[in-house]
Amino acid sequence: MSTKSESQLTHEGKSYRKIAAWLSVLFMGLGQIYNKQYIKGALWALFELLVLIFFTNTIARGLWGLFTLGETPQVRERGRVVDPGDHSILLMAEGLLVLLALIAILAIYYVSVKDAYMVGKLREQGQKVMNFKESLRYVWDNGFPYILITPTAVCMILLTVFPLLYTALIAFTNYSSPNYLPPRALVDWVGFEQFARLFTMESWRGTFLGVFSWTIAWAILSTLLVVFAGLFVAVVLSQKVVKYRKFWRNIYIIPWAVPGFVSILIFRNMYNGQFGVINKMLESVGLPAIGWLSDPMWAKVAVLLTNLWLGFPFWMALFTAVLTTISKELYEAAEVDGASVVQQFRKITFPIVMVAAIPLMVFTFAFNFNQLTFIYLMTEGGPVNADYNYAGHTDILLSWIFKMTLDSGQYAISSAVALVVFLIIAGFAYFNLRNTKALKGDV
Amino acid sequence: MFSPKVNKIINLIIVYSILVLLVLICLFPVYFVFIGSVNPGESLHSSKIFPNPADWNWGHYKSLFIEHDYLNWYKNTLFIATANMVISTAFGVLSGYAFSKFKFKGKRQGLMAIIILQMFPTIMGMIAIYTLLGAFGLLDTHLGYILVLAAGSVAFNTWIVKGFFDGIPNSLQEAARIDGASNSDILIKIMLPLATPIIAFIAFNSFIGASMDFIMAEVILRSSENWTLAQGLFTLVSGQENNNFTVFAAGAVLISIPLMVLFFVFQRYIVEGLTAGAEKG
Repeated sequence: MSTKSESQLTHEGKSYRKIAAWLSVLFMGLGQIYNKQYIKGALWALFELLVLIFFTNTIARGLWGLFTLGETPQVRERGRVVDPGDHSILLMAEGLLVLLALIAILAIYYVSVKDAYMVGKLREQGQKVMNFKESLRYVWDNGFPYILITPTAVCMILLTVFPLLYTALIAFTNYSSPNYLPPRALVDWVGFEQFARLFTMESWRGTFLGVFSWTIAWAILSTLLVVFAGLFVAVVLSQKVVKYRKFWRNIYIIPWAVPGFVSILIFRNMYNGQFGVINKMLESVGLPAIGWLSDPMWAKVAVLLTNLWLGFPFWMALFTAVLTTISKELYEAAEVDGASVVQQFRKITFPIVMVAAIPLMVFTFAFNFNQLTFIYLMTEGGPVNADYNYAGHTDILLSWIFKMTLDSGQYAISSAVALVVFLIIAGFAYFNLRNTKALKGDV
Repeated sequence: MFSPKVNKIINLIIVYSILVLLVLICLFPVYFVFIGSVNPGESLHSSKIFPNPADWNWGHYKSLFIEHDYLNWYKNTLFIATANMVISTAFGVLSGYAFSKFKFKGKRQGLMAIIILQMFPTIMGMIAIYTLLGAFGLLDTHLGYILVLAAGSVAFNTWIVKGFFDGIPNSLQEAARIDGASNSDILIKIMLPLATPIIAFIAFNSFIGASMDFIMAEVILRSSENWTLAQGLFTLVSGQENNNFTVFAAGAVLISIPLMVLFFVFQRYIVEGLTAGAEKG
């Protein structure tokens, strides 16, 4: 390559970097060729050429689809499809994918311009410019972390980021059953209409507020209950009189070891109003049977109790570990000072274990907020609430979204609810991030 | 009020009655499902809590395999869980290592994105996932379901692995580099062996997570020969009459035993891993 002889010359007063950068803006690779990096330049140019030749149409059609969501409705004559028409939802998906690809291409474009600029700068300073082999080696050495994260990044962009963006877009359309279902009908952008319905129409607002407050109540209560039950069991286990601690502990861990969906389904049967074993027991001691899963209030109690059974072992294990780290001398000193057992617990044990517990409690709260599997397997959101749109008494926001989407085809408004949940979670994430050590220090 | 000795005895009685009561509460559902699986009757209605051991009926286990698709569901679940474990562990280890041990542009933003995205349940994008899988012909296929599950767990895995590698001094890597080891040598020969415990944890976690999932399976896998155990067992008891309760119980026992054994084997790693993960998250 001729780079070596060239790069040793210094050209005072001539701005290689600007010319190279502008040439690369004009067409990818021109700047590199100007910088005498011929192979690299040719590859960049080839890339842009391929994009222009093969993808211009795709990009144009994708963007058109995203903006219009299709223009030709399906034509049917005597029940037969004459003209299939535009499928709005597929057009939207294609459009969004094209948009993401376009952003990636622009990023690559930016890299190429920047590369031309940097190499031009090197030439101005009279330094050696890398030949193609050296460039490859450089990319391999410095690009290693990028190679490592590529699989994860691709996976997440396609199956996490793309779906979230898509959900956000659908919230601004009228995509719903029965009138706006492609391919039979077109879907349109409607702006904030779904949000307006959600917050102003009586039935929707009532459902939203009702489900929302139960979601919060459920997330808080379920977290507090398991934490304090776990703490209680751990403290009882740590009493001096208890022998064979390991034996007891292993038994109490069993609810955690049973596969979650199995135990939820078992409880669903135990709570069964007519034949459930819990009601049989109540009746055998002379108490009236309770409509566990049919009465709104008792259904909530049943859900919380089941979660308590499932969740306390983890906290017991955690608190048992923390309790063993508290020095015995603290308690001995407290006893000498005449502190009662209750005082010892409040002043010594409780503050210490809570330090360990609070970050995990935040985590559990967020987890329970989204604990759709549990609610759905246990009650399917029921019992039905006649005042609610598509929701029952124990539905949380996520199970409401799930049911609206899967059972009733209310895609647009369920996406609007999802977007609201999205904002709540984002707020939560922000709160969490502020307290994250890992992002402060070494990053 | 009482003498110290009496006090002590009262204390003993209280503590042990709490312990025994807790044992009953913890074990009763387990006993209930086991006894359900060997009950003479068919439905929840006719099942007894204390049937005569002479009447125990093991036929429900047989009917799982003859009348229901249980074997198929079991195979599907194992296959899906294993594939998800392999994919999401491999991806998570690679990216977690990159985020911990390299400096590169976009690292901070990438980490932020991972922490935030990890908080969003996959289900929020279900319409898109449905459309996307449909467009690629992956609806109602195990491959599509596995990809969705893997994408849902790589963020968490990345985060956990990063936390682990953060605890390993950089000097190790630098020393190896001075000795002329390449990037891939360092990863394969030095870092991966060190990370065995954390890899075991995330592999276990991904395996269990996939075998427990119900919601995404319900969205993606529609035909009963593709179902997972969670879906299959759910349909056995979701009707009002609970006619299949005993068969469900038998199926529940057969899946619970191996998973419980696995749980007790990995118990130590699980508590440690969860605690570490949450504290860093």
